[in-house]
Amino acid sequence: MKWEPVIGIEVHVELETQSKMFCGCAVDFEAEPNTNVCPTCLGLPGALPVPNRKAIEWITKIGLAFNCSISERSQFHRKNYFYSDQPKNYQISQFDVPVCHDGWIDVTVDGETSRIRVNRAHMEEDTGKSIHVGESGRIHSATETLLNFNRAGVPLVEIVSEADIRSAAQARAYAQTLRTVVAALGVSDAKLEEGSIRFDANVSIRPTGTEAFGTKVEVKNMNSFRSLERAVDFEILRQADILDQGGTIDQETRHWDEGEGVTHSMRSKEGSSDYRYFPEPDLLPIEVTDEWRNEIAATLPELPAARAARYMGLGVDADSATSLAGSDALTAMFQSSLAAGAPAQVAANWLTGEVTAWSRRAAIDIADSALTGAHVAQLAGMVAANLLSSTAAKEVLGYVLAGEGDPETVAAAHDLVQINDSGALESAVDQVIGENEDQFARLAGGEDKLIGFFVGQVMRVTGGKADPRAVTDIIRSRIG
Amino acid sequence: MTNPADLTLVEAATALKAGDQTSVALTEAVLTRASLTEAAVHAYLTIDRSGALAAAEAADRRISKGRSIGPLDGLPIALKDNMMTRGVETTASSKILAGYIPPYDGTVVARLREAGAVFVGKTNLDEFAMGSSTENSAFGPTRNPWNLDTVPGGSSGGSAAAVAAGSALAGLGSDTGGSIRQPAALCGLVGMKPTYGLVSRYGLIAFASSLDQIGPLTHTVEDAAIVYEAIAGHDPLDATSFPGPAPSGTERLGEGVSGLRVGIVNELSGEGIDDEVLAAFRTTVQRLASAGAEIVELSLPSTATALSAYYLIAPAECSANLARFDGVRYGLRVDGGTVDEMMSRTRADGFGPEVIRRILLGTYALSAGYYDAFYGQAQRVRTLIIQEFARAYEQVDVLVSPTAPAPAFELGAKTQDPLSMYMQDICTIPSNLSGHPAMSVPVGLSATGLPIGFQVMAPALGETVMFQVAAAIENLSDDIGRPVLEVVAS
Amino acid sequence: MPIEIDIAHVARLARIELSERQLADYRAQLGVILDHAARVQELPTEGVAPTSHPLDMVNAFREDIVRPSLDRDEVLSQAPDATDGFFRVPPSLDNE
Repeated sequence: MKWEPVIGIEVHVELETQSKMFCGCAVDFEAEPNTNVCPTCLGLPGALPVPNRKAIEWITKIGLAFNCSISERSQFHRKNYFYSDQPKNYQISQFDVPVCHDGWIDVTVDGETSRIRVNRAHMEEDTGKSIHVGESGRIHSATETLLNFNRAGVPLVEIVSEADIRSAAQARAYAQTLRTVVAALGVSDAKLEEGSIRFDANVSIRPTGTEAFGTKVEVKNMNSFRSLERAVDFEILRQADILDQGGTIDQETRHWDEGEGVTHSMRSKEGSSDYRYFPEPDLLPIEVTDEWRNEIAATLPELPAARAARYMGLGVDADSATSLAGSDALTAMFQSSLAAGAPAQVAANWLTGEVTAWSRRAAIDIADSALTGAHVAQLAGMVAANLLSSTAAKEVLGYVLAGEGDPETVAAAHDLVQINDSGALESAVDQVIGENEDQFARLAGGEDKLIGFFVGQVMRVTGGKADPRAVTDIIRSRIG
Repeated sequence: MTNPADLTLVEAATALKAGDQTSVALTEAVLTRASLTEAAVHAYLTIDRSGALAAAEAADRRISKGRSIGPLDGLPIALKDNMMTRGVETTASSKILAGYIPPYDGTVVARLREAGAVFVGKTNLDEFAMGSSTENSAFGPTRNPWNLDTVPGGSSGGSAAAVAAGSALAGLGSDTGGSIRQPAALCGLVGMKPTYGLVSRYGLIAFASSLDQIGPLTHTVEDAAIVYEAIAGHDPLDATSFPGPAPSGTERLGEGVSGLRVGIVNELSGEGIDDEVLAAFRTTVQRLASAGAEIVELSLPSTATALSAYYLIAPAECSANLARFDGVRYGLRVDGGTVDEMMSRTRADGFGPEVIRRILLGTYALSAGYYDAFYGQAQRVRTLIIQEFARAYEQVDVLVSPTAPAPAFELGAKTQDPLSMYMQDICTIPSNLSGHPAMSVPVGLSATGLPIGFQVMAPALGETVMFQVAAAIENLSDDIGRPVLEVVAS
Repeated sequence: MPIEIDIAHVARLARIELSERQLADYRAQLGVILDHAARVQELPTEGVAPTSHPLDMVNAFREDIVRPSLDRDEVLSQAPDATDGFFRVPPSLDNE
């Protein structure tokens, strides 16, 4: 049977506020264990939570960036479950009325754009961290658990998509797009490897062409975009195998094992959970008035999608526009290149091509390189004026990035400027013809492949600084 | 001359100001009283003798230099043991917190400390404030100084007994369903629950967060008003704290009741109320009428369902509030092979039966499939009660009823029947559900010499008129005097 | 209406380890209390919004300002078991 995957993604984003969600302890992951704790985030008897205004503004900002409606009045709930790294044994979260609901983002895979609906974005608090101590370092063979509550109470935004995603590649693209937007908003450092943004996938499959949903499985523990894609792909195949053999899918949570490239069941003895949500009596409702909402909206930066669209309007191709818009450093460099007079598509090509590759190779951030927008403009100008061959231009760029100076200085210093003086070129051509009369007779006689030989000879005598097209033209003119 | 332990706050403050007393002498007097009465009464779980004397000496130094810092400076006060006191053991009368030393002061404690109050110690309560007799304490019951065979009421029975016995001049209690007012009634004191949100709950061990309020237990209405004014006011550490100024408690104490409209709640003043209590209630209403109040009879039918709603809402909230007691970060731990086993054993061993009963009840009321029928419905009933009260307060300035359905009962009389114990709070619970202020004033003694209380209820932020009416009732009633304790008399 | 209570499940949710006998006792007591509490179902509440707070207030926030945390030694002095700055508990055995 042909199966269609149905995928939803849940994302947890840690906000990078100064202080925690409900108390004044610092948000600082470098600190010594249990030093950023107070009665509130440690769940001491008698302590009470007071929400961080900035966190509410930031989740609203996130909601607006994902085209969500902002609830006029939302509410905190208690989500009750016992876990030793959860100080109160309930998590302050949101239930029926989240701050943000019913939004969407556009996601592009292989040039095809789909709109993925965002069900909600709600505010909650993070848990502490457990270290399972044992020979293998794994939960199931641990002999004891050590608890650090520095992370407990860090503001967390959970963004839940609708089950609109239809492939692992699309799941990855959704996650990447979402991360780019969150990073652009400046509300989180959004680093997967540090867990400040975390993705879980809900995966089910159904016979292609049918409407009813299959049994969904939650897949956790993917810490890169690649592992998200692999895990979802694995899960789709696993479920298809089971169903093809007449089996049934268990509704469960599965753990992605990056090393083995498989998902494992995380069955706990608790069975199905019963979170006993009820309105948090220690907290008042949150009212986001139109006025407050507009103030927050006014702080929204230009988002990557809008920025990419604007660049495409300048004539940049779609892929380059998306790459430029997705990076703050590239965006800044591109803008200053344009301001210095560089043609948009040319600057885009350099920045997304050579410059990005150099940055990766050298492991130096583009923003920290010696390159300026003025350099890009100058380089583009030299190429347009035939002063540099494209090969020479790449070389020049490398020297500029390495800090040797501006393109004109560097090209001169390395003797890379093309000979554009037609008299000089013509005498070079005539010199080569004079030295190779036999071959020239054969070329003139119709043996056209010999043109390459002559161009090569001219390049040799000019030290590679001649424009091959100009040389070709002159040779042809001599054939008459 | 009166023993300093039997002074009111106002009398003691006046004596301090005049130089006729010192804070150390007052503190010594209540500590001496405690040393005589505690074996029989057991009002305190912890007496902080050295801390109290040090605070008293500091107060005396201020006062002698003419730098008194307010009406409570140097006055010995008892704190219910569910309020966080930095460095002083705080247990909520539970085995699960035995030996727990908090690293911080609750807001009310901090405010009283700044106002110069002297903390005598921490008083007994029903475990986690769940109960109406102070018998549900892991550390043994408290007895009523008026009759040692009877209970002091609860859950703030320790503070009530301490004040009644003279082992503190005033006490603080917390009131979730009547836990200040009912023990005040049973111990012959004034007990007051402020409007929800006027007094910070930061540092009060939560029982039912949407109902809990801290308030005073004192000998007089004026004393209660002074303590209330010292503890009320906005606290940025409590998100449910009322942001505006707290209404005055003392402003209209002497103004009488002439022209005020006083409403009798029929549902709370008939069925289920003891004859002697009803008679005292009617006498007091008569006196109010004679003093110029207009008496209006009112029906508030949904109050009949208040007890049912309360016994869903309070356990539900407590089931989450008490989840943090798990043996991980503080308090008791009973070992187990897994963290889960450890938690389940710690909680089974650390909580008493009434607490377990309410946690189970609340867990059930919130669990899947029952939420709407129980918790959700109880919260809708709560809305009905609030609406009914709002309509009533369009017609009257205050509402009145008996405080407790009967005078103090004997120890053990109700411990086997939870429901009959719960009935103790039938008149006090509606004000917790509505969030309105309410207080109890002593209005007489039963034939067997046990105190009887009278409840005054007011609309939200109606403290000023409530204290005004309570003060008038105090003036119109016969003084019930103080309990006679043989250990003290001899 | 007779109220069904899966008392073992409730005790498990609440993390309280009780004997069979205790479970039976609590089930009986909860039955009596819930019978009484079920009176809330007799009032007509259609269209009535549930109260989750007695005061009609909104938006109590704190500013995003760091305040001093507690001293770790003081915090850990109250812990039943602590080591090297961590709280220590038995293993969770989530898997298996």
